[in-house]
Amino acid sequence: MFENLSSKLNTAIRTLKGQGRITDVNVAATVKEIRKALMDADVNYKVAKEITDKIKEEALGQKILIAVEPGQMLVKIVHDELTGLMGGEKKDINLKGDPAVVLIAGLQGSGKTTFSGKLAQHIKKGGRNVLLVACDIYRPAAIDQLKVLGEQVGVEVYAEPENKNAVSIAQNGIEYARKMGKKVVIVDTAGRLAVDEAMMNEIAAVKEAIKPTEILFVVDSMTGQDAVNTAKTFNDRLNFDGVVLTKLDGDARGGAALSIRHVVEKPIKFISTGEKMEALDQFYPDRMASRILGMGDVLSLVEKA
Amino acid sequence: EKTKEGFFSKLSRVVVGKSKVDEDVLDELEEILISSDVGVETTIKIIRRIEDRVAKDKFLTTNELDGILREEIAELLAENKSSDVENAFIKSDKKPFVLMVVGVNGVGKTTTIGKLASQFHQAGNKVVLGAGDTFRAAAVDQLKLWGQRVGIPVIDHGMNTDPASVAYDAVKQAVEQDADIVIIDTAGRLHTKVNLMNELSKIKRVMQKVIPDAPHEVLLVLDGSTGQNAFIQAQEFTKVTEVTALAITKLDGTAKGGVVIGISDQFKIPVKYIGVGEKIEDLQVFNKKEFVDSLFKRK
Ligand SMILES: Nc1nc2c(ncn2[C@@H]2O[C@H](COP(=O)(O)OP(=O)(O)OP(=O)(O)O)[C@@H](O)[C@H]2O)c(=O)[nH]1
Ligand SMILES: Nc1nc2c(ncn2[C@@H]2O[C@H](COP(=O)(O)OP(=O)(O)OP(=O)(O)O)[C@@H](O)[C@H]2O)c(=O)[nH]1
Ligand SMILES: [Mg+2]
Ligand SMILES: [Mg+2]
Repeated sequence: MFENLSSKLNTAIRTLKGQGRITDVNVAATVKEIRKALMDADVNYKVAKEITDKIKEEALGQKILIAVEPGQMLVKIVHDELTGLMGGEKKDINLKGDPAVVLIAGLQGSGKTTFSGKLAQHIKKGGRNVLLVACDIYRPAAIDQLKVLGEQVGVEVYAEPENKNAVSIAQNGIEYARKMGKKVVIVDTAGRLAVDEAMMNEIAAVKEAIKPTEILFVVDSMTGQDAVNTAKTFNDRLNFDGVVLTKLDGDARGGAALSIRHVVEKPIKFISTGEKMEALDQFYPDRMASRILGMGDVLSLVEKA
Repeated sequence: EKTKEGFFSKLSRVVVGKSKVDEDVLDELEEILISSDVGVETTIKIIRRIEDRVAKDKFLTTNELDGILREEIAELLAENKSSDVENAFIKSDKKPFVLMVVGVNGVGKTTTIGKLASQFHQAGNKVVLGAGDTFRAAAVDQLKLWGQRVGIPVIDHGMNTDPASVAYDAVKQAVEQDADIVIIDTAGRLHTKVNLMNELSKIKRVMQKVIPDAPHEVLLVLDGSTGQNAFIQAQEFTKVTEVTALAITKLDGTAKGGVVIGISDQFKIPVKYIGVGEKIEDLQVFNKKEFVDSLFKRK
């Protein structure tokens, strides 16, 4: 299904050769191929349009170097553009405060609880005393799940199985952390849909009550076109600080990352690459750009260009 | 409905006075389809079919376009046997009917099993569940809680045990207990993990020691908010387990799940169920017409 973009581009661009410069007319088919490739990678339709329009502007008038395939040259332009769109300087999570409070939010099944365990381990390894707080009062065995993970990484889990109020569990958890001298609190929450008013009110209330230093929005990298709507609503309600992209150990192209970045302008702070607690990584914009374009070999291509 | 008219009035604006569907109409259509995760390839296929029809029928009113569009899309969706749909939760002639549920991580397998079990149970079937996810933290507890909700037995060997032997045992006990249906949960796995995919074939083989033609149904659960990767999921899971039916979950959100159109078209696997919430009653038998209509609803 996914042909290599550069070969497609080279075909589309064959007509460009010998014309010296990239013009409105000769670049149209190529831009269309790029847009298709982005949409195949689940980049949102509108975002793909905007990006390719911009790329077209940038490419117009550029001289086509004789030495390289014009396709490669455009790929480099596209790759640079995507990297820029997703990147900027690396942003760490904010763990100031005593205790620092990290709130985890996202859709059902996106990987919040798993990530909470991983983050706890990561912070613990950095030498700080962490507490996990179990605020998912809905999903069957959600508390048990977090407890198992807490045990695996050697981090205490605060839970109140009888309490049916997520806000008060979160508050009590932070109170407990203070008493026990924990430096960082990670609050795992239930999965929720952006259109579920009651659930969105709940997470907004949790935020209000515990004033987190960092709010992370967890997204499945397999997410399709709807990623922008979800991210936008969560951001409107929570003004989150960063994004966690999960399940990147699969073969999803991850275009949602680009769409979200484009629409809410928040940095991707972590990537999740497996079910085990060690599978946590930093985010590299250039690698993500290559992935979205579906080309492992893009870097070598780019070097040539 | 208001939402539907939004799109078609837009279409009619561009169609008025034209004897053929032009670029503007097709652009609009393209946006709607791609934004529903239908995917570029399937979208192009649908647009071509519309173009062909238009060329043949010459003059086309908006109403006709509306009808044609829905027909063409519905045609891409593989046919359920209509008896399947009417009798979705009635006893089968296989006893016990063995249903194995597979899919990538977090799509809603266990929840769908809980909901299915409830409906089968309510329809008067004796249902047994097998806790074949022995890997993900608290997965067995999660399924057991669903079993309690429905009031049916869950066969488990605890965590970190061999899933194939859980499946074997569940099927065996279902036979002994004279159950009508046994549903086997499996751990979420990405289709790129070869060992885990092979494990599924092993689970299947082991069940066949008890009932040679088991499983009678392999249900692949797809998350309705998944984009084009769902296509590869269908392809890869079909390779190792011969998927016979699809369930699409989380359609209570704004995601449209359009990717199943291409999947259904290419693999001829019918969509049987849709998940529309987290509660026990939030499972519906798939309805083609409603699904196609929902693609054109603007929220
Ligand atoms: N392969 C892979 N699986 C993952 C990753 N992150 C999470 N998972 C799996 O995805 C599934 C869902 O993860 P959870 O952590 O339970 O997701 P959640 O967002 O807490 O789910 P809810 O609480 O139900 O909303 C589980 O099977 C996890 O093991 C990842 O990076 N890679
Ligand atoms: N809104 C909504 N949520 C759903 C639906 N189906 C499942 N969920 C939620 O999605 C999350 C994951 O569901 P599970 O049933 O645990 O998914 P799974 O495929 O068994 O996950 P793993 O076993 O970890 O791979 C849970 O929070 C469920 O409540 C649905 O139709 N709508
Ligand atoms: Mg969770
Ligand atoms: Mg499960």
